[in-house]
Amino acid sequence: MITSTMRRTLRAIPTLLRVGVAETVAYRAEFLVWILTTTLPLVMLALWTSVASEAPFRSYTSADFVAYYLAGLIVRNLTGSWVAWQISEEIRMGAMSMRLLRPIHPFVAFSVSHLAAVPFRTIVALPIAVVLLLSSGASALATEPLQLVLAVPSLALAWLITFSFLFGLGTLGFLFTKTMAMLNLYFGLFSLFSGYLMPIPLLPPILREIAEYSPFRFMFSVPVELMTRKIDSAELAWLMVGQVAWAIVTLAVALWVWKRGLRRYEAVGG
Amino acid sequence: MIRVRDLVKHFKVHKRPPGFAAAMKSLVRRKYETVRAVDGVTFTIERGERVGFLGPNGAGKTTTLKVLSGLLHPTSGEVEVEGFTPHQRETKLLETITLVMGQKSQLIWDLPPSETYAMNRAVFDVAHAEFEKTLAELTELLDLGPLIDKPTRQLSLGERMKCELAAALLHRPTTLFLDEPTIGLDVAMQLAIRDFVRSYNQRHEATVILTSHYMDDVVALCPRIIVIDQGKLIHDGDLRALIKTMDPDKRVSFTLTNGATDIDLGKLGTVLAREGQRITLRVPEREIPSAVGHLLGRLHAADLAIEDPPLEEILRVMFGKSPRAEASERAGMGEEGEASEREARR
Repeated sequence: MITSTMRRTLRAIPTLLRVGVAETVAYRAEFLVWILTTTLPLVMLALWTSVASEAPFRSYTSADFVAYYLAGLIVRNLTGSWVAWQISEEIRMGAMSMRLLRPIHPFVAFSVSHLAAVPFRTIVALPIAVVLLLSSGASALATEPLQLVLAVPSLALAWLITFSFLFGLGTLGFLFTKTMAMLNLYFGLFSLFSGYLMPIPLLPPILREIAEYSPFRFMFSVPVELMTRKIDSAELAWLMVGQVAWAIVTLAVALWVWKRGLRRYEAVGG
Repeated sequence: MIRVRDLVKHFKVHKRPPGFAAAMKSLVRRKYETVRAVDGVTFTIERGERVGFLGPNGAGKTTTLKVLSGLLHPTSGEVEVEGFTPHQRETKLLETITLVMGQKSQLIWDLPPSETYAMNRAVFDVAHAEFEKTLAELTELLDLGPLIDKPTRQLSLGERMKCELAAALLHRPTTLFLDEPTIGLDVAMQLAIRDFVRSYNQRHEATVILTSHYMDDVVALCPRIIVIDQGKLIHDGDLRALIKTMDPDKRVSFTLTNGATDIDLGKLGTVLAREGQRITLRVPEREIPSAVGHLLGRLHAADLAIEDPPLEEILRVMFGKSPRAEASERAGMGEEGEASEREARR
């Protein structure tokens, strides 16, 4: 059942999106820096294609690496988020107070303003990825229509898991004031277990085992896998169910941490 | 209506002496102490009242406002604003209140204020026609015309403050929490904002709670004063009654047109200030008629004025401050004061 609060939130979304776009455009320098920081897959691409240039590395050919990292570049650009840093800073400086006075849940307000930036990210990432994929990695792309269709909801779920996870992490700022160290730890774990640094099958066995069930895989690797390798229907179903499950868990935890954290908010500064 | 009963808000503060050794020690073992920012405050404010919160820095004024607006969860006690418990942040409550903080901005920094207004219209679900009408009214009253399409970062402090007020009032709240709304503004701008708040209160029967370092703001706007010190309520009532209780004597200022010694003047009252021929005497109220008669008749005094003692003086006595401490505090104009309040809480 749609409550009146939900209805008014839905009515507010178009305006929030419009203002979000205006903000993205206004913060263009910052935005460009952000885009550049998500180009790690290109660095890894150069590294691994050179490793696999003579012969395949553990069944990965040079074309496989090209397809993997360029799909990764697209996924990272569409799903990456800076919300944790934003929330953490707003809590630390007391700017969160002004947000709390508005009758809209900050999860919705933050998520809409972040979604508004997504089209701008594709402007940079998509052309590079498309050109490079078609020139050297096209042979390694998945061709199954179902997989390619499912890549779209998979990208949306990867975005939701990442956003919820980071929303929850940023919200820990209510409890610890400074969360930068935790955010660095997050990025380390994400890079290792999500497949961002290297494809998960290339990890040592124990780490691979952890990675396969961790939320990080569902934030990044799953949509990349859907685009770049042949997956049988049973595994496909498992991956999609896994993503939905992690989306529910991370969203629920994020909202719970928010509710608990709010009690500890000190609203610093007059 | 606002009801507050036995409100208590404590903060746990990490205490550490300065220096490298203390910093290292605090990594292993931290010392905390509890700051009682608000310590058992009780009051009721009726719809449409204008109330001034007064107290020294760190007294608990801003903390009380933050509890009333739902930003802080009280440690204990009961708080009710327009029939709601503020920290539950129900939509209906948020639609009826607003909080303006002189040192916090809700305007989007790199966009013109008009974008913040559009966003507030959407999240407060204000109908377009009503929004346009309110915005036109606020634009006229606050003279916002040339400002609302300039990026916020390019506005002066006074211009930004006017735009902040408009952003805070677009949803026509009926309860206004104003925390230092005139801080850093010049006298003309202070007067403009003061007039605007008064007219908003009268036209919308809005409740106004104001904290300000500028006593003139409080005197001009608030018939009722709540004084808080060290988290406790020490006075709640009429401003004139407070002045009368604390210092019933009047201040008589005049310019002498012929010579009179301090001995002559001392017979009429206590000489508080003498700058050239301009003199200020402190005279008990019952002796005012005879003193004034003497001044006008015998000493041919000109430009005579009889006033209540300034509120600053009253508060200085109440909070036991030296005039020097008061002066340096006023020179800091709140920013440092609030910073120290922040530090005390950390």
